[in-house]
Amino acid sequence: MSSLDPTLSELFLAFWRLDNPNVVWVLLGSVLLGASASVIGSFTFLRRRALMGDALAHAALPGVMSAFLLFQTRDPFVMLLGAVTSSFLGYYLIEYLTQHTKIRQDSALAIVLSFFFALGIFQLSLIQQMEIEGKSGLDKILFGQSAAMMPEDIQVLAISAVFILVLVYLSFYKFRLITLDRQYAQTLGVNVKAYDLVLALAIVLSVVIGLQMVGVVLMAAVLLIPVSAARYWSHDLRKILFLCAIFGALAGILSTNISYMAPKMPTGPWMVTVLAGIFLVSLVFAPARGLLPRYLMHRAQAQRVNDENVIRSLYVLGERKNDPKALFEPSSILTVRNMSKEALFKSFKRLIKANDVENRGGTYRLTPNGYEKGAKLTRHHRLWEMYLTEKVNIAPDHVHRDAEKVEHIMTDEMGERLAEELGNPLTDPHGKNIPGGQH
Amino acid sequence: MHSPVIEVHDLNIHYHSKPVLVDVDFQIPEGKTVGIIGPNGAGKSTLMKGMLDLIPTTTGYTQFFGDTLAKKRQAIAYVPQRGEVDWDFPINVYDAVMMGRFGHLPLFKRPTSEDHAIVQKAIKQVNLEKFVDRQISQLSGGQQQRVFLARALAQQASVYLMDEPFVGVDVATEKAIIELFKELKAQGKTIIVVHHDLNTVSDYFDWLLMLNVRLVAEGPTESVFTRDNLQKTYGGRLALLTEVTEKVSRANIEEDE
Repeated sequence: MSSLDPTLSELFLAFWRLDNPNVVWVLLGSVLLGASASVIGSFTFLRRRALMGDALAHAALPGVMSAFLLFQTRDPFVMLLGAVTSSFLGYYLIEYLTQHTKIRQDSALAIVLSFFFALGIFQLSLIQQMEIEGKSGLDKILFGQSAAMMPEDIQVLAISAVFILVLVYLSFYKFRLITLDRQYAQTLGVNVKAYDLVLALAIVLSVVIGLQMVGVVLMAAVLLIPVSAARYWSHDLRKILFLCAIFGALAGILSTNISYMAPKMPTGPWMVTVLAGIFLVSLVFAPARGLLPRYLMHRAQAQRVNDENVIRSLYVLGERKNDPKALFEPSSILTVRNMSKEALFKSFKRLIKANDVENRGGTYRLTPNGYEKGAKLTRHHRLWEMYLTEKVNIAPDHVHRDAEKVEHIMTDEMGERLAEELGNPLTDPHGKNIPGGQH
Repeated sequence: MHSPVIEVHDLNIHYHSKPVLVDVDFQIPEGKTVGIIGPNGAGKSTLMKGMLDLIPTTTGYTQFFGDTLAKKRQAIAYVPQRGEVDWDFPINVYDAVMMGRFGHLPLFKRPTSEDHAIVQKAIKQVNLEKFVDRQISQLSGGQQQRVFLARALAQQASVYLMDEPFVGVDVATEKAIIELFKELKAQGKTIIVVHHDLNTVSDYFDWLLMLNVRLVAEGPTESVFTRDNLQKTYGGRLALLTEVTEKVSRANIEEDE
C-alpha cells in the first residue's frame, strides 16, 4: 500500500467512528455553540439590532490579544475574560454614542466594529513578530478552527452555552414581552433596563465562546441566519427558537466534520455555508411561506379561476340557447371569454377529469355536476351585481367586472347572507334570471 | 374632589429644551370616562407617557389613588398607540393577550388555569374569538387595536389609559370600543383616552382635559366643552406665549440665588 493521502470517504468514516475523544468533545461543543448562538441571535434579530452581534464579535479581538500579551497564556478562561471585557466595552461605547451623540446606531456599530478590530489586528501582527510561547494558532481566531480546540476550551464553551440556553428558557416570557412592546412592559413594572443588561451579557457571552470555533469575522452569521431561516417555518416564537437550535447544531456538526477532514480549512466559513444552504432551502421550500409552495398555490388558484370561468361561459351560452344540454365549439367559448386557446384546452382537460364537462366529438357541454356548479357561480355573480347596484349605488353597467372577481371567492354562506339582505331577488340588474332562488 | 383617582401636579416635560408640556396640573375623579383633546403637537401622548413614567419629566409628579405609580401598577393598564409596536413579531393573538397576565410574575412562572380563563374572557369581550390563533401581522388595524384592548382587559385594572384607540379602526371595532367603555364604566372603572376627533367628544366622554402645551381647561364635558375653550385650545391665538416659553427654556434662565 503506497502512502497515499486518505480519501475523503475514509476521513469521513474515521471521524464518525468517534474513537478520538477530542472529536467527541469538539462535536459536543459545536452542537452547544450552534444552538446557543442561534437562540440568542433570534432576540437580537427581533429587536432589530441584527448587526450588534457582528460588532461585539469584532470588538472581542483586542481583548483576546491583550489578555495574551498581559498574561502570556492560552488558558481558555483568561482568554474568555479578555474577550468578554473588550466586547462589553464595545457594547457600552456603542450605547453611549447612540444615546448621547447625534450618531445613529448603524454608524456607531460600524465605528466601534472597525476600530476595535483594527486594534486587535495590530496587536496580532505585533505578537506574531515577538518571541512568545504559545503564540502560534492565535490567528485562528479570525475564521475559527474547531480541529485546533482542546477539551479545556470546549469545557468553558459548554458551560457558557448551557448557561445561555437555561437563561433563555427561564426568561422567555419576559424577553418576548420586552421585545414585542417595550413601553407596555415598562408599564407592567418589568425592569426593562435590567433585562437589557442580561440580554447584552448573553449576547456577548455567546459571541465570545464562538470565536475559537467560528472566528471573529463570521460569528454574526451564526446568530442571524438560523432565525432568518426559521421564520419561514413558523410564526410561533417557541417553535422558531427550537428550529434555530436545530439549524445551529446541524451547522456546527457538519462544519466540524469538514474541518477534521480538511484541517487546513477554517471552520467558520463552512458553518456559514451550511447555514446559508439551510436558509436557501427554507426560502424555496418551506410550506406556506416558501417560494415554491407559494408559486404552486398561486398557480392552482389561477387554474381554478380559469376552470370556473369556462364552466360559467358554458352555462351562459346554454342559457342563451335556453338549452342546458346544448353542445358548443371551443371557438364559441372563446368569443364570450377572453382566454387563450391553450388555456382553454388545459381547462377542458381538468374539467373533464373532474366530471364537470364532457367532450362530444370536439364539442363540449356541462355535465349535470358542472351545470350545478355553473348555476351556483352565476347565482353568486348576479347576486353581487344586485348588491352593488341596489345597496352600493353603482351603475348597472359597471358591476360586471367586479362580479367576475367576486364570484370566485364567495362562499355559500356569504351567498346566503347576500340573498337574505337583498330579499331573495329572482332577477339581476340586467334582467337575467338568478338561479337557485328560494321563495 | 374627594380622593381623585389621578392627580398630576406641576408637570413639565421638555424635549431637547423645547417645552412640550408646561405647568400641567389636574385631578381626575373616579369612574369617569375622560378625553384628552387638543391640536397636533399639543403634548397629549406625551402627557400620558409622562404620567406613566415612560419618558423623563422635567418637574412634577403623578399620583394614582394617592400613591406613586410604582406602588399602584397592578391597578393601571396602558394601551399604547398602534404605530409604536412591531406588528411583524412572531406571536399569535392569544399569546399577545396573555402578556397582560405576565407583568408581575416571577422568572419561571407559567400561566395558571385562572390566567387562561381571564385571557379567554378578554378575547371574547372584544369579539376576537375567531382569531385566537392568527399571527398579529395578519390582522386588520381595527383587530390589532382590539388585541391591545383585550391585553389591557386581561390585567383587570381599575384605570385604563389609552392612546388614540380610535385611529384607523373600522366601524365594527369602533362600536366594540364604545361598548367596552360602557361596560367598564358600569363597573366603576376610570378610562382616560387621548382622542383626536372633536365630533365624537360629547358622545364618548363625560370629563375632558383640553390641552395645548398648557392645560386650557378641565372638568365635566358639559361645562368645559365650550366654543370659548375650543377657541383657546385650537385657535392658535397664543402663538406668542409658545414662542416666549420656548425662548425662556432655550436660554435656560434661572434666578440668581
